[in-house]
Amino acid sequence: MLSGILTLTALSLIFGLLLGYTAIRFRVEGDPIADQIDALLPQTQCGQCSYAGCRPYAEAIANGEAEINRCPPGGEVTMIALAELLGRDPMPLEDEEAAAKPKAVAIIIEKDCIGCTLCIQACPVDAILGAAKQMHTVIEAECTGCELCIPPCPVECIEMVPIKDTTDTWRWPLPNQNSAEVSHG
Amino acid sequence: MANVSIHDFHGGLILDDHKALSTQHPIAPVYLPKTLVVPLQQHIGQIADPCVKVGDHVLKGQLIAKASEYVSANIHAPSSGTITAIDEQPIAHPSGLNALCISITCDGNDKWTNLPDSILDWESTEPQLIRDRLRQSGIVGLGGAVFPTAVKTNTQNKPVNTLILNASECEPYITCDDMLMRTDPEKIVTGAKILQHIVGAKKILIGIEENKPQAIEALNHAINNTDIEIIVVPNKYPSGGEKQLIHLLTGIEVPSQGLPLDVGILCQNVGTCVAVAEAVLEGKPFIDRIVTLTGDALAKPQNVRALIGTSIHELIEHHSGFAKACQRTLMGGPMMGFSLPDIDRPIAKGSNCVLSLHEVEPTQEPQPCIRCGECVKVCPALLLPQQLYWYAKSHNFDQAQDHHLFDCIECGCCAHVCPSKIPLVQYYRFAKTEIWASEREKQQSDLARRRHEFRDARLARLEAERKARLRKKKEVLENKPKAKGDDPKKAAIEAAMKRVAAKKAAQAAEEKSS
Repeated sequence: MLSGILTLTALSLIFGLLLGYTAIRFRVEGDPIADQIDALLPQTQCGQCSYAGCRPYAEAIANGEAEINRCPPGGEVTMIALAELLGRDPMPLEDEEAAAKPKAVAIIIEKDCIGCTLCIQACPVDAILGAAKQMHTVIEAECTGCELCIPPCPVECIEMVPIKDTTDTWRWPLPNQNSAEVSHG
Repeated sequence: MANVSIHDFHGGLILDDHKALSTQHPIAPVYLPKTLVVPLQQHIGQIADPCVKVGDHVLKGQLIAKASEYVSANIHAPSSGTITAIDEQPIAHPSGLNALCISITCDGNDKWTNLPDSILDWESTEPQLIRDRLRQSGIVGLGGAVFPTAVKTNTQNKPVNTLILNASECEPYITCDDMLMRTDPEKIVTGAKILQHIVGAKKILIGIEENKPQAIEALNHAINNTDIEIIVVPNKYPSGGEKQLIHLLTGIEVPSQGLPLDVGILCQNVGTCVAVAEAVLEGKPFIDRIVTLTGDALAKPQNVRALIGTSIHELIEHHSGFAKACQRTLMGGPMMGFSLPDIDRPIAKGSNCVLSLHEVEPTQEPQPCIRCGECVKVCPALLLPQQLYWYAKSHNFDQAQDHHLFDCIECGCCAHVCPSKIPLVQYYRFAKTEIWASEREKQQSDLARRRHEFRDARLARLEAERKARLRKKKEVLENKPKAKGDDPKKAAIEAAMKRVAAKKAAQAAEEKSS
């Protein structure tokens, strides 16, 4: 009887210490789930999900505060990837219209730009180049197409231009499927 | 001809080769058109950078676009003339899209520029210098992939045991390599020797399909007194696939997603050998190639030497002419080629064949897959085509990759035997380009994340610096009045009043003295 109690106490003490030690020794910085979610998000930082950027949205999803269908630029692909990662059920996108928009980049109509720097301050990825009272321009390769620069512009000189396919980025279309195949699939 | 055992590869098809159609005439000499439209992206890798301006006069063989990165290729003017445009033009690409091209209006003189010196003593020249010459001359692989030869022959100190010359040309209708071997076997052998010298290969094997007896004879004649071996392989499509040919000749299997170099083998097309020989011995840049013009729509199907940038339409009109209405034009052969929306598009470095068809089998409506497994039997890459099909169709790209989608060589055997007429290869191409696109998107989103995080960090730092400045100011202000023991404003006013009083006193003293 006594030896049993002593053994169990000793065991629980050892394991408790072991667990305590590992909790300190192998402590994970940050939130790994939020990191994984963030890695799936398109990083447009556009705020269409109503959060201040992709990272805050990822944290909100990780904390169970937000649904996984609020990212229009990511579209269905991102939603399904999130559903798979989190073991949740796929759901229809909240804003299908925004998701269907083709990918675009912002272009500054340079003759209209007054050099107010408001768009530079709004750009979440520092993709606009310019200085006060100097003409601004967008670094196309770094623009995420978030449209955050459009509302602050006082002279409406920023346009969204859809990205054209080139022979490098062109994708083979899915072959036409007849009805029999669709019903089978 | 050596009597070597052939190691058969899995699958494949014996097809009606239609090759006799275009081998009745010798290779026609170059036709000089009025204008040339030279695409800047003719090779695998980065697009070349134009180094001429509109209005410039260029000579034949002059560099007009430079390789922009390591995996890229120089492009030269195919004839002398004036640059009239550098803009987007229709090119021969499955997308039918336009791409950046340099247009040259030829002056008809066809005057050569000063070519680099011949390297006649190539046997005692550093391989690096010869590779530089290949790079300078814009030589690319002519077997189909159009990969820059200077890059492919840079073995990075990996040992090369065997150099294999791919003379198989297994796809129906195409005969440009066949005719080249009949016409110029010596140059092929010289080119092969140069390539052997560059990569340090111990032996050279030539793999050729048995349906080219004249080419085999010509090569046999040319390899006399050399240690090159010709191995005749049976007619079976796709024996010209790089990995398939290696297996046929050596019995070695190139690992999945690996390169032949990993097993000590380098493959080169016979056309590439000729281009290499011309670049090294004559300093000639890559400005023309042999193209097979064939198909039942043409009056005189034949092989022609064509300048890069010549319009396909003009080339056919000049050399072959249409006998019947052309229903469909393919760039490449019937198995791996793609159909062109129109033929006013230029010949590029990789254009081996233009196939103009009058009689086209009506495309049958695809039926559901019945899982008969015929495609599995013929797949030369040992894949499961039907599984890949299901995965591609359902956008299940991870699974498709797990089933080695990227080992598919798009030979078209599976689609050819499919009783349901499912365009299988198109599904694989769809899946591949979707996967590449999502990889590009991933790279872009990673870049955006880094930039966003950097910006956040910068804003936080600026905010912290601003706060620190304010705090410092506050501290200074708080410390000052404490020293004088009074309200700072009052102290300032007092100080000002004292100064005024002192001034007044000084003025009064001055007035008195005056």
